[in-house]
Amino acid sequence: MADKDAVSLGATAPTMSPDLIVQVEPGEAATEMSYQEAIREALREELLRDERVFLIGEDIGKHGGAFGVTRTLYDQFGPERIRNTPISENTIVGAATGAALVGMRPVAELMFVDFSGLAMDQIANQAAKLRLMTGGQAEVSWVVRMPQGGGAGKSTAAQHSQSLEVWYAHIPGLKVVLPSTPYDAKGLLKAAIRDDNPVIFLEHKYLYAFRGLVPDEEYVIPLGEADVKRKGSDVTVVASGYMVWHAMLAAEQVANEGIDVEVVDVRTVSPLDRETIGNSVKKTGRAVMVAEACRSYGPTGEWAISAMESAFDYLRGPIVRVTGRDTPVPFADSIEAGVWPDTADVADAIRNVMAW
Amino acid sequence: MDLDRKTLIEMYRRMVRIREFELAAMDLFKRGQVKGAVHPYIGQEASGVGVCMALRKDDLIAGTHRSHGHNIAKGAASDKMMAEILGKETGYCKGRGGSMHIAAFDTGSLGALAVVGSGIPLAVGAALAFKMRGEDRVAVPFTGEGGVNTGNWHESINMASIWDLPVIFVLENNRYAVSTDIHDSANVDDLSIRAQGYGIPGVRVDGFNVLEVYQAAQEAVNRARRGEGPTLLVTEAYRFEGHYAGEPEVYRERSEVDEYRKNDPIPRFREYLIQEEIASQGERLGDELDTVDREIKQEVEEAVRFAKESPEPDPSTAMDYIYA
Repeated sequence: MADKDAVSLGATAPTMSPDLIVQVEPGEAATEMSYQEAIREALREELLRDERVFLIGEDIGKHGGAFGVTRTLYDQFGPERIRNTPISENTIVGAATGAALVGMRPVAELMFVDFSGLAMDQIANQAAKLRLMTGGQAEVSWVVRMPQGGGAGKSTAAQHSQSLEVWYAHIPGLKVVLPSTPYDAKGLLKAAIRDDNPVIFLEHKYLYAFRGLVPDEEYVIPLGEADVKRKGSDVTVVASGYMVWHAMLAAEQVANEGIDVEVVDVRTVSPLDRETIGNSVKKTGRAVMVAEACRSYGPTGEWAISAMESAFDYLRGPIVRVTGRDTPVPFADSIEAGVWPDTADVADAIRNVMAW
Repeated sequence: MDLDRKTLIEMYRRMVRIREFELAAMDLFKRGQVKGAVHPYIGQEASGVGVCMALRKDDLIAGTHRSHGHNIAKGAASDKMMAEILGKETGYCKGRGGSMHIAAFDTGSLGALAVVGSGIPLAVGAALAFKMRGEDRVAVPFTGEGGVNTGNWHESINMASIWDLPVIFVLENNRYAVSTDIHDSANVDDLSIRAQGYGIPGVRVDGFNVLEVYQAAQEAVNRARRGEGPTLLVTEAYRFEGHYAGEPEVYRERSEVDEYRKNDPIPRFREYLIQEEIASQGERLGDELDTVDREIKQEVEEAVRFAKESPEPDPSTAMDYIYA
């Protein structure tokens, strides 16, 4: 079921092995599921746990959302709590804010992060600022879920492929989450729904089909904590979203060359866990920052300066960035593939910093 | 209309409170004691008071950059309002919002949003929550005629309409969006007909007549509480002052403003209360209203004193209230 559910919009590329990132303890009761299923289960559990939670968005009802994430929830919870809307992004988010102001915990879905420009005023000017503007009278406890990212043969072109986490990470008052695995997606979404602030929850489209073990027992992953996905001593690779998987694969490749890589998954883009990044770089003395988003003014710049601020005296050489290129995403496979970094790019960057 | 004497006098009191408050705020602004901007509600008092007197305390309003009047109409206190305008810790928003973001949550507010049209969706969401929880509360977003060409307005009316939400969309047509005349921004004279496109009632009333506004608002509120959905209520108003205090007003003739001022809603309502012998206690007709005028003047003077004497937010708290 999972594979069928997850495939949409022409996804053709293979997923990576769940064995690359294992987050449950040996012997722990767990079920393998996709990133998409993990998000759905987080929504289901929170809908069951808290009657203030409801979903709102385009085509999230019987259709189950553009990527099938909310499939089956409509049948279980009905049209009141799985609220299908007209195409009105700004008012979807604004209504979520209004409902949150009177004590609800809405979870809005925008079909693609690329469409969130239509809701930018409500996100950046209203929801993010209401608490401060009202001197603490307002509490905006919502989550806006948005698929983002591209690559891997999806060919969705310039208006359905962007990685825009920094649009939101730049706005004080918002929190921004970008999970890389089914385990993290479930635990972080539950934390986001329970958080008393507006949380932008970005889901990588290509990761929907990725599988991994998810504990059967309930768990919540606190926002604002990065995760060391692989321990190592020679070089730190900081990554988020889909790029974490390329970092893990690259780490395996260079391990054969005797390079011991530590992979730090940012998980929460904002607030950024500067301490975990800094501590890792202090330990290794070398750092590679990897993100799918465009290079200029992108997330890697912030991660790099943060590492420098906390670990300058420990650095053995310059920090290297591996990023998406500064271009709208083109359609054709032959040029689309060159826009985003892949495993080889990360491995090359690791070798590069090891040469210092 | 089944309005008792006490309510009618309270309407008058709130209208006078808005007027005196705004005059004091403009005065402070012109003296350089209020920073930023002040967008006076002078001339529109009958609109805000007529609507808000038809609401309960637990009904919520969503305001705009011009919402001193809406807050006072809903019951906000002059002193905390004035302190907010002066950026003091004792203000409704602890000095973090200022004139454009004054919101008194304790008297029923969703906030005052100063991007035109942006407060409207908040009311839709609050009304959705009311409906989901089976509460008979209503939400009232205010906007001027400048806001009704924003996507927010159209999206929100549509959404409230398809879900039968308890929202009263109040459109205060004060004729100018900053400098742009209504005839240059809409191709219809009667904006209430826009309601037809969304399948909801559109009502147009004289925004200078507080009782007419009240009656229309009450009908819309009753309809909303019965679960019959939203109403578009257009109050034909006029802003006597510039877009903001000190604005040069190059886009309209002085004679036009003077003409509208002849119809000032406050003396008009005052005359009504005397003529109908509602404000008749004391030695002569209208004594009671003189008392109200005096009390409000004193109240606003005290509010100014309170605001001036209140402390500014401590610089060490600059990063407070960003996250819950």
